[in-house]
Amino acid sequence: MKKFVLVIVLLSGWLLSKAQTAEELIQKVKAKLDKVNDYEAKGKMKTNVIFIKAPIANVKVYYKKPNRLRINNESGISFIPKGSMNINLGNIFINTTGFDIIDVGKESGSNLRIIKLLPKDENADVVLSTVYIDEAQSLIKKTKTTTKENGTYELEMNYGKYAEYGLADKVVFSFNTKDYKLPKGITFDYDDGSKKEPTPDKLKNKKGKVEISYSGYIINKGVSDSVFK
Amino acid sequence: MWKLLQIELFKIFKRPRTYIAFGAIAAIVFLIQIALKYDGKSYIDLLLSNLSGSFEFSDEFKGKLLNGYLICFIILNTLLIQMPLLVALISGDAIAGEANMGTLRLSLTKPISRTEYMLVKFAASIIYTLALLLCMAALALFGSMLIFGTNDMVVMRSEGIEQIKNFDVLWRYFAAFGFAAVALTTVSALAFLLSVFAENSIGPIIATMSIVIVFTILSEMNIPIYDQTIKPYLFTSHMVAWKGFFYVKADAEGTTINGSIENFPAVMRSLGILLVYIVLFFGSAVWVFKKKDILT
Amino acid sequence: MNAIIEVKNLTKKFRDIKAVDNLSFTVEAGQVYGFLGQNGAGKSTTIRMLLTLITPTSGEIELFGMNLSKHRKEILRQVGAIIERPDFYKYLTALENLRLFASMSGVKVSEKKLMEQLDMVGLAERANSKVKTYSQGMKQRLGIATALVNDPGLIILDEPTNGLDPQGIADVRNLILLLSKEKKKTLLISSHLLSEMELIADSMIIIDKGKKLVEGRVNELFDPSETIVELKTTDDAATFEKLQQSSLKIFMHGKRNDCLLLKLHRNEVPSVMKELVQMDVNVVSLHSKHSLEDYFLSLTTGSTHVEAATN
Repeated sequence: MKKFVLVIVLLSGWLLSKAQTAEELIQKVKAKLDKVNDYEAKGKMKTNVIFIKAPIANVKVYYKKPNRLRINNESGISFIPKGSMNINLGNIFINTTGFDIIDVGKESGSNLRIIKLLPKDENADVVLSTVYIDEAQSLIKKTKTTTKENGTYELEMNYGKYAEYGLADKVVFSFNTKDYKLPKGITFDYDDGSKKEPTPDKLKNKKGKVEISYSGYIINKGVSDSVFK
Repeated sequence: MWKLLQIELFKIFKRPRTYIAFGAIAAIVFLIQIALKYDGKSYIDLLLSNLSGSFEFSDEFKGKLLNGYLICFIILNTLLIQMPLLVALISGDAIAGEANMGTLRLSLTKPISRTEYMLVKFAASIIYTLALLLCMAALALFGSMLIFGTNDMVVMRSEGIEQIKNFDVLWRYFAAFGFAAVALTTVSALAFLLSVFAENSIGPIIATMSIVIVFTILSEMNIPIYDQTIKPYLFTSHMVAWKGFFYVKADAEGTTINGSIENFPAVMRSLGILLVYIVLFFGSAVWVFKKKDILT
Repeated sequence: MNAIIEVKNLTKKFRDIKAVDNLSFTVEAGQVYGFLGQNGAGKSTTIRMLLTLITPTSGEIELFGMNLSKHRKEILRQVGAIIERPDFYKYLTALENLRLFASMSGVKVSEKKLMEQLDMVGLAERANSKVKTYSQGMKQRLGIATALVNDPGLIILDEPTNGLDPQGIADVRNLILLLSKEKKKTLLISSHLLSEMELIADSMIIIDKGKKLVEGRVNELFDPSETIVELKTTDDAATFEKLQQSSLKIFMHGKRNDCLLLKLHRNEVPSVMKELVQMDVNVVSLHSKHSLEDYFLSLTTGSTHVEAATN
């Protein structure tokens, strides 16, 4: 194990010294992701949205090339945020017309390479994607995607055994939530008399988070189309 | 006393009026179930419309959401208005009906004290209320569970959504039904009290309903000057506290804590207030009745 | 003889109105006691006080030698009553009603006994019909069966013949006599019909405006030598004039039902008749009346009671 780490360190040192271009790096990342045709993953999903109290859910995530993704709660109910298909990182590169690539350089502290992707297609929903890449492993550690319709999504990945496929062990998906409010005349709430925090703004436009911790992937063993319908 | 109670129950369950209530409950429950069975999606869409900006809802999701537990919750919500009427129908009749029929004077010349008579009458009203509630529980909860299956339960509140795991729901319903029994007994006690003053049963039934409706409106309206002044004292504000069992606690990250109740002390406080109301209503009823000259 | 009912200085006020005013009377064991008075005289209020339906404003009631308010249950166990019209649970059958009230009386009554009770009042065949199908007379009879079901020592009947046809009235009368003479029960019966009470009561009280007018044994209360005569002529005004000028000493009581009322000694009647003929008065009818109102008249000579009676 120690040897392996040493090899990695040496290797990355070598790679860094080589100072690849942003395009090269993107291609490398893409190539890694392209190895996965489909997968079925088991995981636990935690929802953290200010106005939702949700239990931890056992989910299955299905993926099939090019951009089909489905999060299924096998036993219960889960609120799946819009844009959650973006937890499939390949999605970033799906854009058919290609990107303008802007190399922003390295993030101070983390040493991640920051690259901005601007879709050439003016009509694309995605306006801008910023990816934070671990150059040594050719892994995307973080993305920020700004869309026209649904605000900004953020992804954060932690990798483990499936790093070679570019598949994370843990994904945190952050998204914008719209204001939630139902009239009391509909809900007939029980008012327990406790003081409500006088900050209704708190519920407005807050970030919601969905966190999936994968316990295992079944990769390239085929996934039936029926799960995506 | 037991003999007298048997007589009262015999009287209640021998009269056709009693079964109207059971029929009404069965009809309401059944109608809601049918409507949601065949057009549940549009109801769910309506509920979710507020959330569709941020979340994606597949048909499968909607199907799961519309499970027996949620249906039962919807039914309980709807019956909030009807059940008190049905309870008042019998409790409001308890004394006034006897006065109206002319049987009160004969009953009270029997070697039974007025307090005993009232206790028995009220006990019979409570038993009727419980029977009604049990009937509703069976139809609304177990019926819906049978028809729609079970799944996690999602409770929509005005300012948030509570999601409860499948296995964590049923006991909440039992607790909620237990609470509802006390809540309905409060209505029963009110109708019972009004019944003492009247010589026909229409008056107390209508008066009870009017009080419940006006108080419910006051409870549900968001008028700041009422919120802290009269609202905490209206029994109707506390009658909906059964919902407290469906409000769960969450940890710092918004994860539901299984088996938790958001504000259990508040629910217990509401329960206490309702019990105080029951004692107050029933106590006044006995007090007035003991002094009353029977002229009918 | 011991007193079954002893009422002392009983008063009941409803707000400012005295419904019963300082009333005292005693009912001895085994008596049929007539409780007479016109509608609104305070009979019902008194009976309701005897049965604890109404709390007296003041005064004392003892039944079976016990204070009513202190020994309520003990006393009521030995009392059977009909108060005003007998009402029942209309959605129950006669038998169910009877069984129900029997068990409220705290006595265990066998089904056989229940049927016997119904048979006694002639309702055995309709025992399983709902009371809502009953006529007023049948309800009255069921009322009597209910009042008797616990085999009470004291039976209180409030206007028991109300709403009954002549046959029904006769039946009730016979039943009362049976209860009294054969079963040795004590009965308190209220009525506004003096003629009725005269036939069955041993003693009676007559009350008016909540106050006792007279109380005593029936045969002592009525002076058989006095009578009230109702006289109808072709010209009452002229007759009135003529009678006043005549030598006859007649108490005139004015008019009622377009008749002249005269209070006479029985043996005066023939001479009055003769006189009328001599005075050339055309007599249409003349009969001797015996009603509660007339009894009032015989007690007083003032005109106030006449007016009360004529209204």
